[in-house]
Amino acid sequence: MDFEPSEEQALIVDQVRRFVREEVWPLEAKLDPDASHVEPEDHARLVEKTRAMGLYGLGIPPEFGGPDVDIVTQTLIAIETAQHRAGLYSPCYGAFGGAGLAQLYEANEDQKERYLFPMLRGEKRGFFGLTEPSGGSDPARAIRTKAVRDGDAWVITGSKIFISGADGADFGIVFARTDAEKGRGGITCFIVDADTPGFYVRRVVHTLRSGHYGTELQFEDARVPHANVLGEVNRGFAIANDRLTRQRIPYAAGCLGVAVRAQEMAIDYAKQRETFGAALSTRQAIQWMVVDNEIDIRTARWAILAAACKAARGEPFRTEAAMAKLLASEGASRVVDRAIQIHGGYGVTKDLPLERWYREMRIRRIGEGPSEVQRIVMARDLFDQALY
Amino acid sequence: MGLRLEKPWRPLTPEAIAALPAELGVFQLGDAAGAVVRIGYAGGRTLFGLRSELEAALAKQEATKFRTEVTAQYMSRYEELLMVHKADHGQLPPGNAADVRRRLGRLRPG
Repeated sequence: MDFEPSEEQALIVDQVRRFVREEVWPLEAKLDPDASHVEPEDHARLVEKTRAMGLYGLGIPPEFGGPDVDIVTQTLIAIETAQHRAGLYSPCYGAFGGAGLAQLYEANEDQKERYLFPMLRGEKRGFFGLTEPSGGSDPARAIRTKAVRDGDAWVITGSKIFISGADGADFGIVFARTDAEKGRGGITCFIVDADTPGFYVRRVVHTLRSGHYGTELQFEDARVPHANVLGEVNRGFAIANDRLTRQRIPYAAGCLGVAVRAQEMAIDYAKQRETFGAALSTRQAIQWMVVDNEIDIRTARWAILAAACKAARGEPFRTEAAMAKLLASEGASRVVDRAIQIHGGYGVTKDLPLERWYREMRIRRIGEGPSEVQRIVMARDLFDQALY
Repeated sequence: MGLRLEKPWRPLTPEAIAALPAELGVFQLGDAAGAVVRIGYAGGRTLFGLRSELEAALAKQEATKFRTEVTAQYMSRYEELLMVHKADHGQLPPGNAADVRRRLGRLRPG
């Protein structure tokens, strides 16, 4: 199968690559090495440029005002937009916009008016509340937050952890158990307003990712109207699962983008750095590291584009997405590690982005389902059965 | 690490600052009554970490006291301290009103 981009895709990729290098890199020269935000006027200027490129709102379906860009092209763009210091978790500092909470595209008309459209206009922000202290890899069983029907409302009690953006959000999509006997068939998805009495953002969860923290949430008899049930009662797991599968492709593409940039840096440095009278690039030990990097990069690239192509054709892509996520997150971790080794002491300083990528890439092997869960997903498909 | 920075205040003097490690971290500046006047961080671009930031604060005579916390997670800890202060006092310290231009999160610590 040939994954060479079409002429149009190549033009878009080139345009985005120049945007990253000419607009984003200079900004980062002045920012704190761990920064995940740019100044508002810089953000506005970046957005103005992506709008002019016709690429603002990537991931938003065209019928909701997004650009008509297919998923393969979006994936190629995601590989490019990650190629800067903050690129893994804040690609281009949000200059390309985004789909926000894609689950809301399936909301009813009333919910779209109250949440989806304001979110797309940038007036409201949302968070995705799935993971709990009891676990995140097996949401069907780990969800202990419960919701009990009380008249026209549901009363939610429990907690969530590692939730990004909840402290600054206006509302969240929250998964709670509504039937204790039914496992994955007993979970319901709710839209919870951030000012709901009984809903608290308790603390910041500090991790290796200093500039982009998670939070811990608490629900103490938080009353949510029945009108805020997203989808059907006890059918929330499908909503969560669909999101997890789709998200794996751009997640993997971000890992690959960072790996590509780390490899570029490693090659450039190896050519100019001399030891014992010769450039590092002439040393077989370094050459093999660079070759191993390239193998990891190309393997991940093929897997990611294979998944994106299947998704574009409307075919099942769960195994492909899981494989892409696993290969990209693990491969990119190795690439960044080798790039640091080639750079020596400078590789672990904050002068270079490698140390930040090294820290943040470690999270990528856990976030959106750890490598072990990706293997479970693939095994389940290979055996054509639910293993657990 | 507690949610709030509750270490004892130290006088903002050249001697006290010189004794600080050149580490990354967060700090609070306080007035004579012990009220926080600014929360800040020493990030990866500072020359000598907390020491450099507090020397700058001393030069501007921003405060009379300070306290610090060394942490590699200075960005998230800085935002956490701002949010906790706002939750406790209803507003940000006066020295941070102009700094925080993007939307700050809401924290309701127990």
